[in-house]
Amino acid sequence: MSNSTDIRAEEILIAAIAEMLDGLPHIAVGASSPVPGAAAMLARARHPEKTRVSVLGSEDNNFFTDGGKELFDCAGQGRIDAFFLGGAQIDGLANINLVSVGDPDRPKVRFPGSFGSAYMYFTVPRVILFRLEHTPRTLVEKVDFISAPGTSEPNVYRPGGPYALITDRCLFSFDREKGRFRLASVHPGHTVEEIREQTGFGYDEPTDVPETPLPDAETLAVIRGPVAAQIAEIYPAFAADVFGLGKAA
Amino acid sequence: MDAIRLDLEGLAARVPDGAKIALPPDYSYCAMALVRTLISRGVKDLHIIGVPALGFQADQLIGAGCVATVETAAVTLGEFGLAPRFSSAIKSGSIRMLDGTCPAIHAGLQAAEKGVPFMPLRGVIGSDLEKRRDDWIVAGNPFEENDPILMVKAIQPDFAVFHAPLADRFGNVWVGVRRELMLMAHAAKSSLVTAEKIVDGNLLEDPVRAAGTIPGLYIGALAEAEQGAWPLGIPGSYDADAAELGRYVEMARTEEGFADYMAGMNKVAAE
Repeated sequence: MSNSTDIRAEEILIAAIAEMLDGLPHIAVGASSPVPGAAAMLARARHPEKTRVSVLGSEDNNFFTDGGKELFDCAGQGRIDAFFLGGAQIDGLANINLVSVGDPDRPKVRFPGSFGSAYMYFTVPRVILFRLEHTPRTLVEKVDFISAPGTSEPNVYRPGGPYALITDRCLFSFDREKGRFRLASVHPGHTVEEIREQTGFGYDEPTDVPETPLPDAETLAVIRGPVAAQIAEIYPAFAADVFGLGKAA
Repeated sequence: MDAIRLDLEGLAARVPDGAKIALPPDYSYCAMALVRTLISRGVKDLHIIGVPALGFQADQLIGAGCVATVETAAVTLGEFGLAPRFSSAIKSGSIRMLDGTCPAIHAGLQAAEKGVPFMPLRGVIGSDLEKRRDDWIVAGNPFEENDPILMVKAIQPDFAVFHAPLADRFGNVWVGVRRELMLMAHAAKSSLVTAEKIVDGNLLEDPVRAAGTIPGLYIGALAEAEQGAWPLGIPGSYDADAAELGRYVEMARTEEGFADYMAGMNKVAAE
Protein backbone atom coordinates (compact mmCIF):
# COMPACT_ATOMS: atom_id res chain seq x y z
CA MET A 1 0.00 0.00 0.00
CA SER A 2 1.32 3.40 -0.95
CA ASN A 3 1.75 6.14 1.58
CA SER A 4 -0.95 8.63 0.59
CA THR A 5 0.85 11.64 2.03
CA ASP A 6 3.62 11.23 -0.56
CA ILE A 7 1.24 11.19 -3.50
CA ARG A 8 0.48 14.42 -5.33
CA ALA A 9 -3.08 15.31 -6.31
CA GLU A 10 -1.94 15.47 -9.95
CA GLU A 11 -0.74 11.87 -9.71
CA ILE A 12 -4.16 10.70 -8.52
CA LEU A 13 -5.78 12.49 -11.47
CA ILE A 14 -3.25 11.08 -13.94
CA ALA A 15 -3.88 7.53 -12.73
CA ALA A 16 -7.69 7.99 -12.68
CA ILE A 17 -7.73 9.35 -16.25
CA ALA A 18 -5.37 6.60 -17.49
CA GLU A 19 -7.91 4.00 -16.25
CA MET A 20 -10.46 5.52 -18.63
CA LEU A 21 -7.99 5.33 -21.54
CA ASP A 22 -6.83 1.76 -20.95
CA GLY A 23 -6.17 -0.15 -24.16
CA LEU A 24 -7.49 2.52 -26.56
CA PRO A 25 -5.66 2.57 -29.93
CA HIS A 26 -5.27 6.35 -30.38
CA ILE A 27 -5.46 9.05 -27.70
CA ALA A 28 -5.08 12.69 -28.75
CA VAL A 29 -4.32 15.55 -26.39
CA GLY A 30 -4.83 19.24 -27.17
CA ALA A 31 -2.85 22.27 -26.11
CA SER A 32 -2.29 23.25 -22.46
CA SER A 33 -3.21 19.87 -20.99
CA PRO A 34 -0.30 18.52 -18.93
CA VAL A 35 -2.36 16.22 -16.66
CA PRO A 36 -4.35 14.61 -19.53
CA GLY A 37 -1.09 14.46 -21.53
CA ALA A 38 0.63 12.56 -18.70
CA ALA A 39 -2.40 10.25 -18.36
CA ALA A 40 -2.24 9.44 -22.09
CA MET A 41 1.46 8.67 -21.74
CA LEU A 42 0.76 6.40 -18.77
CA ALA A 43 -1.88 4.55 -20.81
CA ARG A 44 0.67 4.16 -23.61
CA ALA A 45 3.37 2.92 -21.21
CA ARG A 46 0.96 0.16 -20.12
CA HIS A 47 0.19 -0.93 -23.70
CA PRO A 48 3.15 0.20 -25.83
CA GLU A 49 2.20 -2.13 -28.70
CA LYS A 50 -1.44 -1.07 -28.80
CA THR A 51 -1.74 2.60 -27.87
CA ARG A 52 -0.64 5.65 -29.88
CA VAL A 53 -0.62 9.15 -28.39
CA SER A 54 -0.72 12.43 -30.32
CA VAL A 55 0.06 15.57 -28.37
CA LEU A 56 -0.51 18.89 -30.11
CA GLY A 57 2.44 21.20 -29.67
CA SER A 58 4.86 18.32 -29.10
CA GLU A 59 7.70 17.46 -31.45
CA ASP A 60 8.38 14.01 -29.96
CA ASN A 61 4.71 12.95 -29.66
CA ASN A 62 3.13 14.21 -32.86
CA PHE A 63 3.41 12.19 -36.05
CA PHE A 64 1.04 14.26 -38.22
CA THR A 65 2.47 15.49 -41.53
CA ASP A 66 -0.57 17.00 -43.25
CA GLY A 67 -0.88 20.26 -41.35
CA GLY A 68 -3.39 21.51 -38.80
CA LYS A 69 -6.33 19.77 -40.46
CA GLU A 70 -5.01 16.21 -40.11
CA LEU A 71 -6.03 15.72 -36.46
CA PHE A 72 -9.61 16.71 -37.37
CA ASP A 73 -9.69 14.61 -40.51
CA CYS A 74 -8.50 11.64 -38.41
CA ALA A 75 -11.25 12.30 -35.86
CA GLY A 76 -13.86 12.57 -38.60
CA GLN A 77 -12.86 9.12 -39.85
CA GLY A 78 -13.03 7.59 -36.38
CA ARG A 79 -9.26 7.23 -36.07
CA ILE A 80 -9.16 8.98 -32.67
CA ASP A 81 -10.62 7.18 -29.67
CA ALA A 82 -10.20 9.67 -26.85
CA PHE A 83 -9.72 13.43 -26.51
CA PHE A 84 -9.87 16.04 -23.73
CA LEU A 85 -11.83 19.27 -23.52
CA GLY A 86 -12.04 21.91 -20.84
CA GLY A 87 -14.36 24.84 -20.35
CA ALA A 88 -14.42 28.17 -18.63
CA GLN A 89 -17.94 26.99 -17.81
CA ILE A 90 -19.38 23.48 -18.00
CA ASP A 91 -23.08 22.82 -17.32
CA GLY A 92 -25.17 19.83 -16.27
CA LEU A 93 -25.94 18.91 -19.89
CA ALA A 94 -22.17 18.78 -20.51
CA ASN A 95 -22.33 21.90 -22.69
CA ILE A 96 -18.96 23.65 -22.64
CA ASN A 97 -18.14 27.35 -22.95
CA LEU A 98 -14.70 28.43 -24.13
CA VAL A 99 -15.74 31.86 -25.43
CA SER A 100 -17.02 34.37 -22.88
CA VAL A 101 -18.96 35.19 -19.73
CA GLY A 102 -21.92 37.54 -20.14
CA ASP A 103 -23.29 38.78 -23.46
CA PRO A 104 -20.86 37.48 -26.11
CA ASP A 105 -21.03 40.82 -27.97
CA ARG A 106 -20.00 42.79 -24.86
CA PRO A 107 -18.58 40.12 -22.55
CA LYS A 108 -17.47 40.59 -18.96
CA VAL A 109 -14.64 38.13 -19.58
CA ARG A 110 -13.37 36.90 -22.92
CA PHE A 111 -11.48 33.60 -23.26
CA PRO A 112 -9.36 32.50 -26.24
CA GLY A 113 -12.16 30.72 -28.14
CA SER A 114 -13.62 27.36 -29.03
CA PHE A 115 -10.63 25.81 -30.85
CA GLY A 116 -11.72 22.43 -32.30
CA SER A 117 -14.21 21.60 -29.53
CA ALA A 118 -17.39 22.01 -31.62
CA TYR A 119 -16.12 19.21 -33.86
CA MET A 120 -14.09 16.88 -31.63
CA TYR A 121 -17.02 16.62 -29.18
CA PHE A 122 -19.10 15.08 -31.98
CA THR A 123 -16.52 12.83 -33.58
CA VAL A 124 -14.39 11.37 -30.76
CA PRO A 125 -16.18 8.55 -28.87
CA ARG A 126 -14.62 9.15 -25.47
CA VAL A 127 -14.27 12.86 -24.66
CA ILE A 128 -13.08 13.44 -21.11
CA LEU A 129 -13.86 16.88 -19.69
CA PHE A 130 -11.11 18.20 -17.46
CA ARG A 131 -11.43 21.20 -15.14
CA LEU A 132 -9.14 21.93 -12.22
CA GLU A 133 -11.38 24.62 -10.71
CA HIS A 134 -14.48 22.90 -9.30
CA THR A 135 -16.70 25.75 -8.06
CA PRO A 136 -20.24 27.03 -8.71
CA ARG A 137 -18.56 29.66 -10.94
CA THR A 138 -17.20 27.04 -13.36
CA LEU A 139 -19.69 24.15 -13.02
CA VAL A 140 -22.85 26.08 -13.76
CA GLU A 141 -26.56 25.47 -14.29
CA LYS A 142 -26.38 26.81 -17.84
CA VAL A 143 -23.35 28.03 -19.79
CA ASP A 144 -23.37 31.62 -21.15
CA PHE A 145 -22.17 30.44 -24.57
CA ILE A 146 -22.27 26.96 -26.09
CA SER A 147 -18.93 26.35 -27.79
CA ALA A 148 -19.88 22.69 -28.11
CA PRO A 149 -23.13 21.06 -26.97
CA GLY A 150 -22.97 17.99 -24.70
CA THR A 151 -26.01 16.35 -26.26
CA SER A 152 -27.70 16.42 -29.69
CA GLU A 153 -31.02 15.59 -31.31
CA PRO A 154 -31.23 11.88 -32.27
CA ASN A 155 -30.96 12.61 -36.01
CA VAL A 156 -27.64 14.46 -35.66
CA TYR A 157 -24.64 12.31 -36.64
CA ARG A 158 -22.72 11.96 -33.42
CA PRO A 159 -20.49 8.97 -32.72
CA GLY A 160 -18.69 11.07 -30.10
CA GLY A 161 -19.49 12.92 -26.93
CA PRO A 162 -18.86 13.37 -23.23
CA TYR A 163 -17.70 10.32 -21.29
CA ALA A 164 -16.64 11.79 -17.94
CA LEU A 165 -15.80 15.03 -16.15
CA ILE A 166 -12.81 15.05 -13.82
CA THR A 167 -12.09 17.98 -11.51
CA ASP A 168 -9.78 18.70 -8.60
CA ARG A 169 -12.49 17.35 -6.27
CA CYS A 170 -14.14 14.38 -7.99
CA LEU A 171 -14.92 12.26 -11.04
CA PHE A 172 -18.35 12.34 -12.73
CA SER A 173 -19.43 9.91 -15.42
CA PHE A 174 -21.88 11.14 -18.07
CA ASP A 175 -24.98 9.20 -19.08
CA ARG A 176 -25.67 10.15 -22.70
CA GLU A 177 -29.14 8.61 -22.70
CA LYS A 178 -30.24 10.64 -19.68
CA GLY A 179 -28.08 13.67 -20.54
CA ARG A 180 -26.90 13.86 -16.96
CA PHE A 181 -23.75 13.52 -14.86
CA ARG A 182 -23.43 10.94 -12.08
CA LEU A 183 -20.92 11.26 -9.25
CA ALA A 184 -18.52 8.34 -9.79
CA SER A 185 -15.86 8.92 -7.12
CA VAL A 186 -14.58 11.58 -4.74
CA HIS A 187 -10.85 12.27 -4.56
CA PRO A 188 -9.09 11.62 -1.23
CA GLY A 189 -9.46 14.57 1.13
CA HIS A 190 -12.78 15.70 -0.38
CA THR A 191 -16.40 14.88 0.58
CA VAL A 192 -19.76 14.35 -1.14
CA GLU A 193 -21.19 17.30 0.85
CA GLU A 194 -18.44 19.55 -0.46
CA ILE A 195 -19.16 18.39 -4.03
CA ARG A 196 -22.86 19.27 -3.57
CA GLU A 197 -21.95 22.76 -2.32
CA GLN A 198 -19.41 23.44 -5.03
CA THR A 199 -21.38 22.17 -8.04
CA GLY A 200 -23.78 24.58 -9.76
CA PHE A 201 -25.71 21.90 -11.65
CA GLY A 202 -27.82 18.92 -10.60
CA TYR A 203 -26.41 15.41 -10.96
CA ASP A 204 -27.15 11.87 -9.82
CA GLU A 205 -25.51 10.67 -6.63
CA PRO A 206 -25.45 6.99 -5.68
CA THR A 207 -25.97 6.02 -2.03
CA ASP A 208 -22.38 4.94 -1.64
CA VAL A 209 -19.81 7.05 -3.46
CA PRO A 210 -16.37 5.44 -3.60
CA GLU A 211 -13.12 7.28 -3.06
CA THR A 212 -10.95 7.79 -6.17
CA PRO A 213 -8.23 5.13 -5.76
CA LEU A 214 -4.63 6.09 -5.12
CA PRO A 215 -2.15 4.93 -7.75
CA ASP A 216 -0.30 1.77 -6.70
CA ALA A 217 3.48 1.63 -6.37
CA GLU A 218 4.02 0.29 -9.90
CA THR A 219 1.85 3.02 -11.44
CA LEU A 220 3.61 5.70 -9.41
CA ALA A 221 6.97 4.45 -10.61
CA VAL A 222 5.87 4.73 -14.26
CA ILE A 223 4.37 8.21 -13.70
CA ARG A 224 7.49 9.50 -11.96
CA GLY A 225 9.89 7.78 -14.36
CA PRO A 226 9.18 7.61 -18.12
CA VAL A 227 5.95 9.63 -18.07
CA ALA A 228 7.53 12.55 -16.20
CA ALA A 229 10.48 12.56 -18.62
CA GLN A 230 8.17 12.55 -21.66
CA ILE A 231 5.87 15.27 -20.36
CA ALA A 232 8.88 17.49 -19.56
CA GLU A 233 9.53 17.92 -23.29
CA ILE A 234 6.16 19.62 -23.73
CA TYR A 235 5.44 21.11 -20.30
CA PRO A 236 8.79 21.80 -18.62
CA ALA A 237 7.26 24.08 -15.96
CA PHE A 238 4.68 21.42 -15.00
CA ALA A 239 7.33 18.67 -14.88
CA ALA A 240 9.55 20.82 -12.66
CA ASP A 241 6.67 21.70 -10.33
CA VAL A 242 5.06 18.26 -9.96
CA PHE A 243 7.99 15.88 -10.46
CA GLY A 244 10.95 18.11 -9.60
CA LEU A 245 12.42 17.48 -13.06
CA GLY A 246 14.89 19.67 -14.90
CA LYS A 247 15.16 22.32 -12.22
CA ALA A 248 18.90 22.56 -12.72
CA ALA A 249 18.54 23.19 -16.45
CA MET B 1 9.89 32.49 -63.95
CA ASP B 2 11.71 34.56 -61.36
CA ALA B 3 9.75 35.64 -58.30
CA ILE B 4 8.98 39.25 -57.45
CA ARG B 5 11.42 40.12 -54.70
CA LEU B 6 10.79 43.12 -52.51
CA ASP B 7 11.83 44.43 -49.12
CA LEU B 8 9.48 44.40 -46.08
CA GLU B 9 8.09 47.86 -46.96
CA GLY B 10 7.43 46.70 -50.51
CA LEU B 11 5.53 43.64 -49.29
CA ALA B 12 3.54 45.69 -46.77
CA ALA B 13 2.61 48.19 -49.50
CA ARG B 14 0.83 45.41 -51.38
CA VAL B 15 -1.76 44.98 -48.61
CA PRO B 16 -4.54 47.56 -49.10
CA ASP B 17 -6.81 48.80 -46.33
CA GLY B 18 -9.71 46.39 -45.84
CA ALA B 19 -7.82 43.35 -47.14
CA LYS B 20 -8.72 39.86 -45.94
CA ILE B 21 -5.53 38.15 -44.80
CA ALA B 22 -4.89 34.63 -43.51
CA LEU B 23 -2.35 34.27 -40.70
CA PRO B 24 -0.86 31.17 -39.01
CA PRO B 25 -0.82 30.45 -35.26
CA ASP B 26 2.28 31.24 -33.19
CA TYR B 27 3.87 27.81 -33.71
CA SER B 28 3.67 27.87 -37.49
CA TYR B 29 6.07 30.39 -39.05
CA CYS B 30 4.61 33.84 -38.36
CA ALA B 31 5.96 36.78 -40.39
CA MET B 32 6.36 39.00 -37.33
CA ALA B 33 8.77 41.43 -39.02
CA LEU B 34 6.26 41.95 -41.85
CA VAL B 35 3.42 42.41 -39.34
CA ARG B 36 5.43 45.17 -37.62
CA THR B 37 5.98 46.80 -41.02
CA LEU B 38 2.25 46.62 -41.77
CA ILE B 39 1.58 48.31 -38.43
CA SER B 40 4.08 51.12 -39.12
CA ARG B 41 2.52 51.69 -42.53
CA GLY B 42 -0.81 52.20 -40.72
CA VAL B 43 -2.93 49.67 -42.61
CA LYS B 44 -6.62 49.87 -41.62
CA ASP B 45 -9.78 47.72 -41.50
CA LEU B 46 -8.09 44.36 -42.04
CA HIS B 47 -10.16 41.18 -41.86
CA ILE B 48 -7.74 38.70 -40.27
CA ILE B 49 -8.33 34.96 -40.41
CA GLY B 50 -6.59 32.60 -37.99
CA VAL B 51 -5.60 29.28 -39.56
CA PRO B 52 -6.97 28.06 -37.31
CA ALA B 53 -5.93 30.18 -34.28
CA LEU B 54 -4.12 33.48 -33.74
CA GLY B 55 -1.60 34.81 -31.25
CA PHE B 56 0.91 37.64 -31.03
CA GLN B 57 0.42 38.83 -34.64
CA ALA B 58 -3.28 39.38 -34.06
CA ASP B 59 -2.82 41.03 -30.67
CA GLN B 60 -0.37 43.55 -32.13
CA LEU B 61 -2.43 44.29 -35.24
CA ILE B 62 -5.58 44.73 -33.11
CA GLY B 63 -3.79 46.89 -30.55
CA ALA B 64 -2.48 49.14 -33.32
CA GLY B 65 -5.99 49.68 -34.68
CA CYS B 66 -5.35 47.86 -37.97
CA VAL B 67 -8.19 45.34 -37.66
CA ALA B 68 -11.95 45.56 -38.28
CA THR B 69 -12.83 41.83 -38.22
CA VAL B 70 -11.30 38.78 -36.55
CA GLU B 71 -12.30 35.34 -37.85
CA THR B 72 -10.68 32.51 -35.90
CA ALA B 73 -11.10 29.47 -33.66
CA ALA B 74 -9.16 31.20 -30.86
CA VAL B 75 -6.82 34.04 -29.96
CA THR B 76 -4.27 32.89 -27.41
CA LEU B 77 -0.74 33.70 -26.31
CA GLY B 78 -0.29 30.11 -25.12
CA GLU B 79 1.73 29.90 -21.91
CA PHE B 80 1.73 33.74 -21.81
CA GLY B 81 -2.03 33.71 -21.22
CA LEU B 82 -4.88 35.74 -22.66
CA ALA B 83 -4.18 38.19 -25.49
CA PRO B 84 -4.54 41.61 -23.79
CA ARG B 85 -5.27 43.90 -26.75
CA PHE B 86 -7.69 41.37 -28.25
CA SER B 87 -9.57 41.00 -24.94
CA SER B 88 -9.78 44.77 -24.55
CA ALA B 89 -11.06 45.26 -28.12
CA ILE B 90 -13.71 42.57 -27.66
CA LYS B 91 -14.94 44.08 -24.40
CA SER B 92 -15.22 47.56 -25.92
CA GLY B 93 -16.88 46.19 -29.06
CA SER B 94 -14.31 47.82 -31.36
CA ILE B 95 -13.79 44.73 -33.55
CA ARG B 96 -16.26 42.40 -35.22
CA MET B 97 -15.66 38.85 -33.97
CA LEU B 98 -16.47 35.79 -36.07
CA ASP B 99 -15.95 32.92 -33.64
CA GLY B 100 -15.23 29.69 -35.45
CA THR B 101 -13.82 26.24 -34.85
CA CYS B 102 -10.55 24.85 -36.23
CA PRO B 103 -11.84 22.27 -38.74
CA ALA B 104 -14.47 24.71 -40.11
CA ILE B 105 -11.71 27.17 -40.98
CA HIS B 106 -9.70 24.41 -42.62
CA ALA B 107 -12.85 23.27 -44.47
CA GLY B 108 -13.63 26.80 -45.71
CA LEU B 109 -10.08 27.15 -47.01
CA GLN B 110 -10.26 23.69 -48.62
CA ALA B 111 -13.41 24.80 -50.46
CA ALA B 112 -11.55 27.84 -51.81
CA GLU B 113 -8.57 25.60 -52.66
CA LYS B 114 -10.87 23.47 -54.83
CA GLY B 115 -12.79 26.43 -56.25
CA VAL B 116 -16.12 25.16 -54.88
CA PRO B 117 -18.61 27.38 -52.96
CA PHE B 118 -18.80 25.42 -49.69
CA MET B 119 -17.57 22.34 -47.85
CA PRO B 120 -19.69 20.05 -45.64
CA LEU B 121 -18.43 19.33 -42.14
CA ARG B 122 -19.59 17.04 -39.32
CA GLY B 123 -20.22 18.32 -35.81
CA VAL B 124 -20.88 21.95 -34.82
CA ILE B 125 -24.72 21.67 -35.06
CA GLY B 126 -26.42 23.09 -31.97
CA SER B 127 -23.46 25.23 -30.88
CA ASP B 128 -23.78 29.00 -30.45
CA LEU B 129 -20.97 29.29 -32.99
CA GLU B 130 -23.28 27.92 -35.66
CA LYS B 131 -26.19 30.12 -34.58
CA ARG B 132 -24.08 33.28 -34.87
CA ARG B 133 -22.51 32.67 -38.31
CA ASP B 134 -24.41 33.60 -41.46
CA ASP B 135 -21.72 31.99 -43.62
CA TRP B 136 -22.47 28.56 -42.08
CA ILE B 137 -25.71 26.79 -42.95
CA VAL B 138 -27.18 23.53 -41.66
CA ALA B 139 -28.55 21.67 -44.69
CA GLY B 140 -29.50 18.09 -45.49
CA ASN B 141 -27.10 15.43 -46.73
CA PRO B 142 -28.34 15.03 -50.35
CA PHE B 143 -27.45 11.31 -50.29
CA GLU B 144 -29.31 10.36 -47.09
CA GLU B 145 -32.70 11.03 -45.50
CA ASN B 146 -32.85 13.06 -42.29
CA ASP B 147 -29.11 13.71 -41.93
CA PRO B 148 -28.47 17.38 -41.13
CA ILE B 149 -24.95 18.54 -41.89
CA LEU B 150 -23.09 21.86 -41.67
CA MET B 151 -22.13 23.67 -44.89
CA VAL B 152 -19.19 26.04 -44.45
CA LYS B 153 -18.94 28.80 -47.06
CA ALA B 154 -15.60 28.93 -48.90
CA ILE B 155 -13.01 31.21 -47.31
CA GLN B 156 -10.89 32.99 -49.92
CA PRO B 157 -8.40 35.39 -48.33
CA ASP B 158 -6.91 38.17 -50.46
CA PHE B 159 -3.51 37.21 -49.09
CA ALA B 160 -1.87 34.47 -47.10
CA VAL B 161 0.86 36.13 -45.02
CA PHE B 162 3.57 33.97 -43.44
CA HIS B 163 7.26 33.37 -42.89
CA ALA B 164 9.32 30.36 -44.02
CA PRO B 165 12.76 28.95 -43.29
CA LEU B 166 13.76 28.82 -46.95
CA ALA B 167 12.70 30.04 -50.41
CA ASP B 168 14.34 30.20 -53.83
CA ARG B 169 14.63 32.78 -56.61
CA PHE B 170 11.63 31.23 -58.40
CA GLY B 171 9.42 31.89 -55.41
CA ASN B 172 9.23 28.25 -54.32
CA VAL B 173 8.80 28.29 -50.53
CA TRP B 174 9.77 25.41 -48.27
CA VAL B 175 7.44 24.89 -45.25
CA GLY B 176 8.11 21.22 -44.42
CA VAL B 177 5.29 19.63 -42.40
CA ARG B 178 3.64 23.01 -41.74
CA ARG B 179 1.11 22.23 -44.42
CA GLU B 180 -1.56 24.60 -43.07
CA LEU B 181 0.64 27.20 -44.79
CA MET B 182 0.29 25.30 -48.05
CA LEU B 183 -3.51 25.22 -47.56
CA MET B 184 -3.50 28.98 -46.88
CA ALA B 185 -1.42 29.64 -49.98
CA HIS B 186 -3.65 27.47 -52.18
CA ALA B 187 -6.83 29.13 -50.88
CA ALA B 188 -5.69 32.76 -50.98
CA LYS B 189 -5.71 34.88 -54.14
CA SER B 190 -2.03 35.53 -53.51
CA SER B 191 0.62 35.00 -50.84
CA LEU B 192 3.09 37.47 -49.38
CA VAL B 193 5.98 35.59 -47.83
CA THR B 194 9.12 36.40 -45.90
CA ALA B 195 11.93 33.84 -45.71
CA GLU B 196 15.02 33.46 -43.54
CA LYS B 197 17.01 32.87 -46.70
CA ILE B 198 16.32 33.04 -50.44
CA VAL B 199 18.67 30.76 -52.42
CA ASP B 200 19.62 30.86 -56.11
CA GLY B 201 18.94 27.17 -56.85
CA ASN B 202 15.56 25.48 -57.41
CA LEU B 203 14.10 23.81 -54.29
CA LEU B 204 11.85 21.59 -56.44
CA GLU B 205 14.86 19.77 -57.92
CA ASP B 206 15.35 17.83 -54.69
CA PRO B 207 12.46 15.34 -54.39
CA VAL B 208 12.88 15.10 -50.61
CA ARG B 209 12.49 18.88 -50.33
CA ALA B 210 9.82 19.23 -53.04
CA ALA B 211 7.01 17.52 -51.07
CA GLY B 212 7.17 20.23 -48.42
CA THR B 213 7.52 23.11 -50.87
CA ILE B 214 4.83 25.55 -52.06
CA PRO B 215 5.40 26.24 -55.78
CA GLY B 216 6.07 29.84 -56.87
CA LEU B 217 2.72 29.81 -58.72
CA TYR B 218 0.95 30.78 -55.50
CA ILE B 219 3.45 33.38 -54.29
CA GLY B 220 2.74 37.03 -55.16
CA ALA B 221 5.97 38.41 -53.80
CA LEU B 222 8.61 37.59 -51.24
CA ALA B 223 11.23 39.28 -49.12
CA GLU B 224 14.27 37.98 -47.31
CA ALA B 225 13.97 38.58 -43.56
CA GLU B 226 16.54 37.01 -41.30
CA GLN B 227 14.99 36.32 -37.87
CA GLY B 228 11.71 37.25 -39.56
CA ALA B 229 9.60 35.33 -37.02
CA TRP B 230 11.25 37.01 -34.00
CA PRO B 231 10.25 37.21 -31.16
CA LEU B 232 8.45 33.97 -32.09
CA GLY B 233 10.63 31.07 -33.15
CA ILE B 234 10.71 28.71 -36.07
CA PRO B 235 10.90 24.98 -35.24
CA GLY B 236 14.29 23.50 -36.05
CA SER B 237 15.95 26.91 -36.47
CA TYR B 238 15.57 29.27 -33.52
CA ASP B 239 13.45 29.23 -30.36
CA ALA B 240 10.90 31.83 -29.36
CA ASP B 241 12.39 34.70 -27.33
CA ALA B 242 10.45 34.11 -24.12
CA ALA B 243 11.89 37.20 -22.39
CA GLU B 244 10.80 39.48 -25.22
CA LEU B 245 7.34 37.87 -25.46
CA GLY B 246 6.96 38.27 -21.70
CA ARG B 247 7.98 41.92 -21.97
CA TYR B 248 5.30 42.43 -24.63
CA VAL B 249 2.56 40.79 -22.57
CA GLU B 250 3.49 42.87 -19.54
CA MET B 251 3.48 46.17 -21.46
CA ALA B 252 0.41 45.38 -23.58
CA ARG B 253 -1.80 45.15 -20.49
CA THR B 254 -2.62 48.82 -21.04
CA GLU B 255 -3.17 50.81 -24.21
CA GLU B 256 -0.34 53.21 -23.25
CA GLY B 257 2.07 50.37 -22.49
CA PHE B 258 1.24 48.77 -25.82
CA ALA B 259 1.90 52.06 -27.67
CA ASP B 260 5.26 52.39 -25.90
CA TYR B 261 6.19 48.84 -26.83
CA MET B 262 5.37 49.33 -30.51
CA ALA B 263 7.17 52.72 -30.57
CA GLY B 264 10.25 50.94 -29.22
CA MET B 265 9.97 48.38 -32.03
CA ASN B 266 9.86 51.17 -34.64
CA LYS B 267 12.97 52.70 -33.16
CA VAL B 268 14.82 49.38 -33.34
CA ALA B 269 13.69 48.88 -36.96
CA ALA B 270 14.87 52.37 -37.94
CA GLU B 271 18.39 51.82 -36.57
